Amino acid sequence: MRNPHRTQKIAFAFLFLAILLILVPVGLIVFVIIQKGLPGISWQFLSDMPRQGMRAGGIFPAIIGTIYLASGAILFSLPIGLLAAIYLSEYAKDNLLTRIIKLAIVNLAGVPSVVFGLFGLSLFVVFFKFGASILAGAMTLGILVLPVIITASRTALESVPQSFREVSLSLGASKWQTIRHIVLPNAIPGILTGVVLEIGRAAGETAPILFTVAAFYLPQLPESVFDQTMALPYHLYVISTQVPNVAEKIRYGTAFVLLAIVLSMNLIAVIMRNKFRKLKKW
Amino acid sequence: MRKFKEFIIEKLILLCGLASIFFVALIFLFLLKEGLAVFKTVGLFSFLGGKSWYPISEPPHLGILPLILGSLWVTLGAAIISVPIGVACAVYIAEISPGKIKEVLKAGIELLAAIPSVVLGFIGMVTLVPLVKSIFHLPTGLTALSGSIMLAFMAMPTIVSIAEDALYSVPKIYKEGALALGATHWQTIWRVILPAASKGILAAVMLGIGRVIGETMAVMMITGNAAVIPQSILVPVRTLTATIAAEMGEAVVGGEHYFALFAIGIILFVISFIINVTADLFLHKRQ
Repeated sequence: MRNPHRTQKIAFAFLFLAILLILVPVGLIVFVIIQKGLPGISWQFLSDMPRQGMRAGGIFPAIIGTIYLASGAILFSLPIGLLAAIYLSEYAKDNLLTRIIKLAIVNLAGVPSVVFGLFGLSLFVVFFKFGASILAGAMTLGILVLPVIITASRTALESVPQSFREVSLSLGASKWQTIRHIVLPNAIPGILTGVVLEIGRAAGETAPILFTVAAFYLPQLPESVFDQTMALPYHLYVISTQVPNVAEKIRYGTAFVLLAIVLSMNLIAVIMRNKFRKLKKW
Repeated sequence: MRKFKEFIIEKLILLCGLASIFFVALIFLFLLKEGLAVFKTVGLFSFLGGKSWYPISEPPHLGILPLILGSLWVTLGAAIISVPIGVACAVYIAEISPGKIKEVLKAGIELLAAIPSVVLGFIGMVTLVPLVKSIFHLPTGLTALSGSIMLAFMAMPTIVSIAEDALYSVPKIYKEGALALGATHWQTIWRVILPAASKGILAAVMLGIGRVIGETMAVMMITGNAAVIPQSILVPVRTLTATIAAEMGEAVVGGEHYFALFAIGIILFVISFIINVTADLFLHKRQ
């Protein structure tokens, strides 16, 4: 006879092993990047132009480029995403159109990032003749983050209690006034959390900017939205695969800065979420 | 006046509500616009079934079979690794781990999801690739196997979080019923909870695989990028995504190579569309 309790013990041990198989490597990755990347970080590394074909100097233009691209992406996607979320949470009826919209959001979120790159290339760079530029790259990234912005905003809007709306409407406010003055202000924390998360994601994406904006080696700052720029994720790709003999310190340093930006955005989002949860009045 | 203003605003809201449909359609349209042109010179079957991919030779050979097999190979390997581990992980988090630890585990998984693909590719290059090389005594560690391991890792957060949701949505009474009949916790999980959540878990697996097929940067950095039909998992391969990413920079806009890369984009788009719609059907029906 098999002993069911022993079977359970063995099964649970295997499940625990699965957890370790994921979490240990994650911990190691972060640890290695911090351990090998941190010593290479100095004010000079962060604020200098790259020199000698990226084998020396700093990563300043890549940092600036990434900041431009990530904020541009949000500037483009937030208005559209927020209004789309308002439509879904406040106006949409439970019908076929709503079903299709939701399916489209899921699909947009599932499109491979390199396909976004192709799309950005054909629409913004070639068709609209923006050329490889910050504008083209930021708009491509904007469409990439749009589905998550919509979903996060919608969740925030829907978590505002129905009674708030009913009270406002019963006082004679119109539907838009209710949304503008009652629903939105109460949903802003949740929306902001989603936005911060997506800034981090936009900063870390490489494939969509490959052919729409990223410059291989451009040791100067962009002057307009029609300029190309360097960007951190692409820079990391370039110095780890395309340029031979880049010092380990520079490669790990770049990886560290990129990871630090992305993870600090995530951390800020988590802190915001916890803080606002406590402040909630309902 | 206010009526008019609100009318405008509400129309604008409706318009933005439709934006996702618009963008999905626009992406597909522009892929078609650029990609279909390749079929003027190459037949559909010799494009999909052609055994050689030499886009810059004269005349160019545009057969993507090696790339399709490369993607398939790497994806299959990643699925074999990530599905059992991912589902096991979801079961552990949803059923076994106590409250505080659960939060820590979920944070760890979220951390993994947040690491940019290019950083994982970089780490794979400096750690995993040399490891694979020395274990199997290979001339290079840039192989399909390295890619599969890295991608399995990247599919994990998707699989775990969706499978976990599926497990949570199994009604509590199922579990209580099984326990009341004297089943152990594990018997309950294995015979009752997992079967009841199977549709959601299937959706989780599909979306995880979708993530793997579409992944670009990490795969480009660690699979070696050799566009030949793979004979084993210990040789370099090149995936559909990596081909686009690696070659678009050199392709001349409006040239045959450029069109061919967009045609690959169409294939990727269609694959992800099918996966997402099917997974959505599974998840939707369950409710």
